[in-house]
Amino acid sequence: MVTVPPTTRRTVLRGAGLGAAAFAVPAALVACEKPDSGTGAGGGDTGPVTFGSNYSDAVPKKALAEVLTASGQDVKVNTIDHNTFQENLTRYLQGTPDDVFTWFAGYRMQYFAAQGLAHEISDVWSEIGANFSDAFKAASTGADGKQYFVPFYLYPWAVFYRKSVFDAKGYQIPKTWDDYKALLAKVKADGMAPLAIGNKDGWPAMGTFDYINMRLNGYDFHINLMAGKESWEDAKVKQVFQLWGEILPYYQAGANGRTWQEAAQTLVQKKTAMYVLGMFVGQQFSDADRADLDYFPFPQITEANAQDSVEAPIDGFMLSKAPKNLAGANKLLKYLAGTQAQQAYLKSDPNNIATNSTADTSTYSPLQKKAAELIGGAKHISQFLDRDTSPAFASTVMIPSLQTFLNKPNDVDGLCKSIQAQAKRIFTQ
Amino acid sequence: MTLTPTRAPASPAPARARRRRIRRFTRSDIVVVALLLGAPVLLDVLLIWGPTLASIGLSFSSWNGLLNNPPDWVGFRNYQEIFTSYPPFWPALRHNVLWLLFLGLVATPFGLLLAVLLDRQVRFTRFYQTVFYLPVVLSLAIVGFIAQLFYSRDYGIVNSILGNQDNPIDWMGNPRINLWAVLVAVGWRHVGYMMLLYLAGLKAVDPELREAAAIDGANEVQSFFRVVFPTLRPVNVIVLVITVIEALRAFDVVYAINRGRNGLELLSVLVTDNIVGEASLIGYGSAIAVVMLLISVGFIVTYLTQVMREDRG
Amino acid sequence: MSLVAPARRTSPPATGRAGTRRRRHPWRWVATTFLTLVAVGWLIPLVLAVYASLRPYLETAQLGYLSWPRHLSFDYYRRAWTEGQIALHFWDTLLVAVPAVLATLFFASFVAFLISRRRIRGRRVLLIMFTAGNLLPFQIILTPLYITYRNVPLPWWMSWPSERLYDSFWGVILIHVAFQVGFCVFVLANYMDTVPKELIEASIMDGAGVWRQYRQVILPLVRPALGALGTLEFAFIYNDFLWAVILMSTGDKFPITSALNNLRAQFFTDYNLLAAGSILIALPTVLVFLLLQRQFISGLTLGSTKG
Repeated sequence: MVTVPPTTRRTVLRGAGLGAAAFAVPAALVACEKPDSGTGAGGGDTGPVTFGSNYSDAVPKKALAEVLTASGQDVKVNTIDHNTFQENLTRYLQGTPDDVFTWFAGYRMQYFAAQGLAHEISDVWSEIGANFSDAFKAASTGADGKQYFVPFYLYPWAVFYRKSVFDAKGYQIPKTWDDYKALLAKVKADGMAPLAIGNKDGWPAMGTFDYINMRLNGYDFHINLMAGKESWEDAKVKQVFQLWGEILPYYQAGANGRTWQEAAQTLVQKKTAMYVLGMFVGQQFSDADRADLDYFPFPQITEANAQDSVEAPIDGFMLSKAPKNLAGANKLLKYLAGTQAQQAYLKSDPNNIATNSTADTSTYSPLQKKAAELIGGAKHISQFLDRDTSPAFASTVMIPSLQTFLNKPNDVDGLCKSIQAQAKRIFTQ
Repeated sequence: MTLTPTRAPASPAPARARRRRIRRFTRSDIVVVALLLGAPVLLDVLLIWGPTLASIGLSFSSWNGLLNNPPDWVGFRNYQEIFTSYPPFWPALRHNVLWLLFLGLVATPFGLLLAVLLDRQVRFTRFYQTVFYLPVVLSLAIVGFIAQLFYSRDYGIVNSILGNQDNPIDWMGNPRINLWAVLVAVGWRHVGYMMLLYLAGLKAVDPELREAAAIDGANEVQSFFRVVFPTLRPVNVIVLVITVIEALRAFDVVYAINRGRNGLELLSVLVTDNIVGEASLIGYGSAIAVVMLLISVGFIVTYLTQVMREDRG
Repeated sequence: MSLVAPARRTSPPATGRAGTRRRRHPWRWVATTFLTLVAVGWLIPLVLAVYASLRPYLETAQLGYLSWPRHLSFDYYRRAWTEGQIALHFWDTLLVAVPAVLATLFFASFVAFLISRRRIRGRRVLLIMFTAGNLLPFQIILTPLYITYRNVPLPWWMSWPSERLYDSFWGVILIHVAFQVGFCVFVLANYMDTVPKELIEASIMDGAGVWRQYRQVILPLVRPALGALGTLEFAFIYNDFLWAVILMSTGDKFPITSALNNLRAQFFTDYNLLAAGSILIALPTVLVFLLLQRQFISGLTLGSTKG
């Protein structure tokens, strides 16, 4: 695969200046070009739209650059690697942010909106709203009822498996929790590790917690728990861990020592039968094997909640609190909400689907079509544990706690007590 | 730059008077000193000590790092919670102590051993030096990759060599052993650094000292410990301080492996998790940093008394 | 030290260093074997890292890292170079590291000179302030520093587009200098203690001011130490990941170590590509080491016994 990063104006300028600047380091430290006019001091609606992007690795970076070029607007992209961008967002938004920036829907968006670090875009939504389902609108709406976010693409979490393995052994798709456990037992009896797991980085196991909690206690309880409005010592939460404990013996050994990629490889190599992960698991399959990849929704635990929620993190865009070119930024957001931009982008990544409901699904792969149906039929879309709660809680409390649970599943009471004590500290801050 | 020359003494002055004159600065000297001493002192005070004091203040607050939302002052609550209800804190402290013991008792002496051997005019000494020093200049990313390369449970080289595919050892995921696996990698980097410092120190040891000891009938080991090692004292001070810094600030290897969790907790990682990452628990993270600070103050005081003593001598 | 004098008298010229060397022969054989074994052990990780970076990810993911190759190529190096924009970010690194190292060494050597050889009043306080500053956990200064930088304005030609200390090369250079001066003062002050005081005194007799004492007497004598510290400091600053990421917000300005993560995707990391990239960016530090090695070894001559 040959991918050439777009040559920016700055690259060229620096390249040309390299020789001269070597003799005058202080002058080179500036390494910039002062614009001729217009955008200088908080200026009007002219000049380029600045765009803070976390689409940092080659393929998405190139795809996004093409989409932005096709907008016909003058967009100046500032790319920072995904992880750094995320960890520094608080500082970035309080420093000198770009007009538009890439971010996540749900709690993570609401937090910055509530702090006055994002510009509302309700007027944009009045134009684009018709093309998005209510679930997307809800995921784009701040606590104050105004919109702050434009959804771009999303991908679902589910139970992934290889069709050829299921066909060869005659396994049936489980509908309920009991079916699921029966299937896991059967796979184990056949001498295969039933469930893959790779939780070295701490976040992949969160998906299983979310699903068990939403299936058992419902979406609303889950979201309230994430927001610190329910107690972790509630019997309902302990039951989530107990149910999870029931299937722990079916995991492959070494949960906390493996990355998600290594776990996915065991699925590819048919050493494990199933894997609860996001659709990006497809990135570990060669093109030939990808057609063999399939998934089913996480099984039902109670009749009442059935399978009405789907975990499908949404990536999209927001405006910083005082965009220099507000009109241009709004125009760009409308363009990015459109089917043309979304479809053009998705050509680069078959592991996501468009958020715009009028997007043409005929070019989708079978896996994408299935994802679109799953999400279209869902009553609720959750954003994944680390996006549905305070990042402080997710990273400093939940990751260590879930790793502890996987190491020592028997002390659920002690674990919940510890989580609750820490949750209290973080959510009463 | 024109300097006002100090008047040369008319007659040979007694030693004490000469020393007095050395301390005297002319007016233009004072300008030079003010500029060239003032700038680094100003930088150190403004960028290091000022922020440190501010963070000590912040450690008594609860604050999410948002400037339009001033900190809440909560007294000692952060400290109380760190000591009582923050599960990774005590393990982290324990791991830092283990780290210091490992570096001080294993890695640093090993570096000294390599330096002593290399100091004996072995052939290809520059090659050996380069090889041992290489890990020191490697960045976090490549150390993380090498850890993955060796310790991966399913694909790693160590388990491949052990041939235990039926029941592989989970070097990075088993919280009872992963710290030791990491310490091996840390030692790999630390030894070269220490070797270099000692080698430099040994180069300065007068070879006649050693020969004299040999003639006195001391064997290699005796002459090293009786004659050479004591003369390395200035290097030992530097090495000690650096070893303490490295142990206390230890961060990158565990961070590259699993962000310092699940058995690899370290104080610096906890500070980073709370302050640097998205968590933005500034007050809480600052309190952990202050605990680290207090520990280093212990070492600073030790160093300080050392400096005082030398100064008198 | 009374041993020195008799030694010189009693050892006949013929059994000088050559003689002792011959006597230690079996010892040397053991030492060489030991050093070779350790060196091999030290090199294996690096060799295997290079080996892995020459193989496709899916191959090592399926066969394990210790396996015979099916494909070997420099593809990942080519990709890391273009996808990681290594040329651009390497230039950023030079803009930060070169001025930072030079300024650090300049200020630190002058301060160390004042502390060690001019023994100015308050030298203990200075030495402790600088050394202790280097012992601080660096995360502790991060938030107040960010706030400070954010509020310090700079003219547009020094910092664009932020027009502040935040998101400028100046800010990153300053914090590196502030932090590293401590370490260098500590090492250089120890080193300068070995420079005979008489040299400075003689220079003062000649009517030299403090600048000339530093420039003409001290600097030439500590040049090896400066070369050595320069190598170390270059490696430290070159490998620093944190400060640029905290104090800058323009991705194109990130030094190479901070920018390397561009080779990771949101979820998927091609570790072999990342290995190729990190090996590529480690080369300059190795090169600097090799170039300055001779100076390095004689340079870190700390606390000579001859002082």
